[in-house]
Amino acid sequence: MDSKNNDFLLESAKTIEVDSLDRVSYACGVVMDAINASNFAHDEVFAIHLALEEAVVNAIKHGNNCDSSKKAYLSYSISDDRVDIVVSDEGGGFDPSRIPDPCCDDNLCKASGRGLFLIKSYMDLVEYNDSGNSIHMVKYSQKVRESDR
Amino acid sequence: MDKASPKVAVDYVRSAVVVTLNYEKILDEVDIKSIEKSVLPVIDDNDNIKLVLDFSKVQFLSSAMLGLLIRIKKIVEDKGGQLRLAGINPKIMGVFKITRLDKVFTIVEDSVAATESF
Repeated sequence: MDSKNNDFLLESAKTIEVDSLDRVSYACGVVMDAINASNFAHDEVFAIHLALEEAVVNAIKHGNNCDSSKKAYLSYSISDDRVDIVVSDEGGGFDPSRIPDPCCDDNLCKASGRGLFLIKSYMDLVEYNDSGNSIHMVKYSQKVRESDR
Repeated sequence: MDKASPKVAVDYVRSAVVVTLNYEKILDEVDIKSIEKSVLPVIDDNDNIKLVLDFSKVQFLSSAMLGLLIRIKKIVEDKGGQLRLAGINPKIMGVFKITRLDKVFTIVEDSVAATESF
């Protein structure tokens, strides 16, 4: 576990460093290969992939302002019933409650601002650290959700 | 996917211009800039364009691509044209619905239906 991601401690996590937008697809591909090898349903894999890409792009673009001297840290832990992902950046953080709702009429035709909304929509749990530069996302497997009913 | 296919193919069908996006995934800035560079000149060259963007090969896209689609729609409409999105798979359609962009774009089942819809 990398110390940069110690706001959210994941058991048996692996961490990948990402320093530029060019490396996002590779880093996300490593995680998705591991998830594809697990027992998650296609819809869940799509959801995780979407949230993962958005979170890492946000970290590089908005967190680190595309400064290649700064890194984003992508940690992930996969078990039979859940995937935990933590993405942290070296920026000053932000207040997620101040991000405008992209679905309200005034914002509907804006070209940006949907990444965090999609993450919240597609993942089961989303939380930030206090400084707002680290996001923890969880997706539970369908099997777990069905057993809860 | 046919390796010989261009990543962005432009066809003139009836009175419409059909742009097929031969990408399985549209994710990073490189892909999006490449699509932008291919599509914007087509719009520039055709006032009152009837433009179809065919997503039938696309399995996955990011919010950055949604942003490009919004920019393309505005440019098309500013030049008196119309835009249709076609061939969007159910998972991506879910993204459009969640973001309410299904209310912003005219989405048609496939490119044939799209060219007939103008």
